[in-house]
Amino acid sequence: MLGRRTLLIGLGSSLAVACGRKPAAPEAAADHAVLPFANGWRPIVQLPGKRPMLQLTTRPPQLETPFAVFDDGLITPNDAFFVRYSMGELPLDLDGERWRLEVAGAVQQPLSLSLAALKAMPQTEIVAVNQCSGNSRGFSDPRVGGGQLGHGAMGNARWTGVPLKAVLDAAGVQRGAAEVAFDGLDGPVSPKAPDFAKALSVDHARDGEVLLAWAMNGEPLPFLNGFPLRLVVPGWFGTYWVKHLHRITVLDTPFAGYFMAKTYRMPDNSCGCVEPGTKPESTRPITALRVRSFITNLADGAKLAAGKPVAVRGIAFDSGSGIRRVQLSADGGQSWQDTRLRESLGRHAFRGWDATLRLPAGAHRLMARAESLGGEIQPLQASWNPSGYARNVAETVRVTAA
Amino acid sequence: MRPAATLLAPFSLACLVAAAPYALPPERETTLPAGPGAELVQAQCAACHSLDLVTTQPPAMGEAFWRKTVGKMVETYGADIPEDQQAAIIAYLAQTPIKAR
Repeated sequence: MLGRRTLLIGLGSSLAVACGRKPAAPEAAADHAVLPFANGWRPIVQLPGKRPMLQLTTRPPQLETPFAVFDDGLITPNDAFFVRYSMGELPLDLDGERWRLEVAGAVQQPLSLSLAALKAMPQTEIVAVNQCSGNSRGFSDPRVGGGQLGHGAMGNARWTGVPLKAVLDAAGVQRGAAEVAFDGLDGPVSPKAPDFAKALSVDHARDGEVLLAWAMNGEPLPFLNGFPLRLVVPGWFGTYWVKHLHRITVLDTPFAGYFMAKTYRMPDNSCGCVEPGTKPESTRPITALRVRSFITNLADGAKLAAGKPVAVRGIAFDSGSGIRRVQLSADGGQSWQDTRLRESLGRHAFRGWDATLRLPAGAHRLMARAESLGGEIQPLQASWNPSGYARNVAETVRVTAA
Repeated sequence: MRPAATLLAPFSLACLVAAAPYALPPERETTLPAGPGAELVQAQCAACHSLDLVTTQPPAMGEAFWRKTVGKMVETYGADIPEDQQAAIIAYLAQTPIKAR
């Protein structure tokens, strides 16, 4: 059978040759990675526009950032930024010239805006972390179904676009409107399946910070990260950052779509958690990021020189209050020392930190723990929820000094 | 469909097409351990998504997990799988040690 997909593939590779594009250099790097949980083998693949990355699934394409990238700098490069799709049908033939953003529903004046029209509006930039709700799901204990991700479904980029508020104001949101729904051009394989769409309250949509972004780190959005336009919701999980955005609908009733009402939901209690293996009594949509930190320069199993100064560095982020401090433990969380915070790229960005350790010979459990300016602190024990969302326990890196 | 026209203008059209849209490379082949139901999983599950979505799930998730998952694919995602085939697929996934590799 020669399906549409197969045809496109054949076409794609012959096109690259026809247009004189240089074929990708053969990679000397490993062809797979093994994430540190059961069944964690992942092929490392290179998709167009991306460097070699860990592949979670082929169709839809889902890629995880190799963790070492987070030690290269605080900005995650576009070609290393993670890729997550819920829907199997991607708008592979999307034409940026003909694409329009439709703004409709409970507005005074429906709009149909080209990319050029959007770019003619006052632009703004923000450095912000986009993290998948299921980042680190593979570490859930007991394990849960879903995308079995390591820690690489997050990234920090400089987003350029127009504030959503400006576009909503141009359309004129009607009095009494409740929510604003966002639909992208990726869709389900079966017409019977629900489309991927998300919603924010009108107040959140008009907070001036939510962005309609066409550029990422100074370049047009890579196709797999939402070309030509995506929603940027600083401080909230990636599920709201709708890619290939093409329709904004202002609603006077709460949005009841599947991806708000039935999935991407957390236990509706103060910890957002339940006893492992049990079901919550009620749920609410997942919303803001939880404070997290990572050691980025030492991998699990690293061998270090005993008694000598060892540089330790990493990143931290939260939902946007900013990072107050990051502490480091070399004894599995029994004692802690402060680290130095590096320059801030903004309260929604990865915050760099570093410290120096001197370790006696033996095995050591290193942990970083961040505290936000909002008073949130990473727990030392992981909590559990049935979907494996929003992990933020202080992670452990096991090292040996000799 | 006008394949003749496409063949006649391979270069200019090709570059025009290559500039904006996106092409995904061929799918990596995922092989499943042989067993009753393996071919059904291949045919029915891979109709909508690559099989690595199945093979990357945690080991030994058990019958209840796979029943719920297959049920979600049918009821929510519109997978058109006859009931006897659903049962065979669930049995295969619950009993077969599936590995990402």
